[in-house]
Amino acid sequence: MREIEASVIKKTIYDLILKASYEIGDDVYACVANCAECEESPSGREVLKQLKENYDIAKRERVAICQDTGMCVLFIDIGQEVHITGGDFTETVNNAVREAYKEGYLRKSVVNDPLYDRINTKDNTPAVIHTRIVPGDKIDIMVTPKGFGSENMSAIKMLVPADGEKGVIDFVVDTVKKAGPNPCPPIIVGVGIGGTFEIAALMAKRMTARSIDTVNPDPRYQRLEEELLRRINCLGIGPAGIGGRTTALKVNIETYPTHIAGMPVAINIVCHAARHAHAVI
Amino acid sequence: MENIRVQLPLNKEEIAKLRAGDTVLLTGIMYTARDAAHKRLVACLDEGREMPFDVKNQLIYYVGPAPASPGHAVGSAGPTTSYRMDAYAPRLLDEGLLGMMGKGKRNDKVIESMKKNGAVYFGAVGGAAALISQKIEKSEVVAYEDLGAEAIHRFTVKDFPALVIIDSLGNNVYMDGPRKYAVDPDQ
Repeated sequence: MREIEASVIKKTIYDLILKASYEIGDDVYACVANCAECEESPSGREVLKQLKENYDIAKRERVAICQDTGMCVLFIDIGQEVHITGGDFTETVNNAVREAYKEGYLRKSVVNDPLYDRINTKDNTPAVIHTRIVPGDKIDIMVTPKGFGSENMSAIKMLVPADGEKGVIDFVVDTVKKAGPNPCPPIIVGVGIGGTFEIAALMAKRMTARSIDTVNPDPRYQRLEEELLRRINCLGIGPAGIGGRTTALKVNIETYPTHIAGMPVAINIVCHAARHAHAVI
Repeated sequence: MENIRVQLPLNKEEIAKLRAGDTVLLTGIMYTARDAAHKRLVACLDEGREMPFDVKNQLIYYVGPAPASPGHAVGSAGPTTSYRMDAYAPRLLDEGLLGMMGKGKRNDKVIESMKKNGAVYFGAVGGAAALISQKIEKSEVVAYEDLGAEAIHRFTVKDFPALVIIDSLGNNVYMDGPRKYAVDPDQ
């Protein structure tokens, strides 16, 4: 059994929140920089150049890439040989969020009640925490602050087996088409196929935080990722939705076994401010 | 493309000349408001109370800025998605509001109201929030401080870059732009 102090977890999450909020990943930066050169639409190229400049300013001045610094979503894999000491785990995570959002000058965007009160909690808590128990004696933490411009454009549908590949393609492309300029294209499209209603959504979220330089390990799904990206970029929506070829940078798919009667498909969209940071304790 | 300089508050004759697709540089005063502030503004109208600022000839920027860190007038301040304000916008346009700025689509009711009232809808680049904040010289909270990021701010801006998305005739970049670049994936 390995003991890990709650304070170590807190410090790690605090640092990851700031890193994610100020510094875009190398994968997205390189892709946007590349598209800024090859985008066919002149106004689209101008938008992409501004996005690149925005990444540079945010990193240099340590300010938020986007003012919507999101709800703080965390994927935490806890090794079963780990014993957390010195504090309540959930409270530790929320304390890290509270302090990072205050001291890092990040926007507090959480309201206490979704329908009636809608009073801002003023510290961006509670966080959204997804834990898994895994083999080993480490804690793996992925922090992904999620803005709601893109979150609101997400969708889930309970397809049936007969819908097949075409059903998946039509649903994904149609969701992006309907979203149009709203989610701040160029976007990254996270897709979860299979499992149950909630697992599909969770996979789609996780796929918004996967590097855009990686592909699905199954060649059939890798081809589907490529085909979806091609079809999305045929829509003409373009950077900022004003017309162009660069509507999405990547489609990331994750799958899970499912029931004989079903084929759930969830789509979670993230904008070009695709923020995430990762550490292992 | 040549940038058109636009002075704020707006002038109806000037904005009548703007066309969808024009790039502009905005200079002067603008107000911020998003979901919760719009709900309160329209409640003022419903209840016959005075709004905290006169919307006549003004531009409302749909934004909830991040807090300012030391040495900055304002935190990152890019546009939020505008459709969430569609339920309220025609009421404010009828009160003389001449400009709105955000990102994303507007519904038919808003566009009809814009045509009727001679108003314009600007788009700022969503997510270019740190870049945009450099064009904001001053930020003051003027109402609804309890809403935090959703409070109404008065921004003093200089050469704030924006694109005319929907002009006062109803021409719309989000319709025309993508049409030009859309291709049939099966060809």
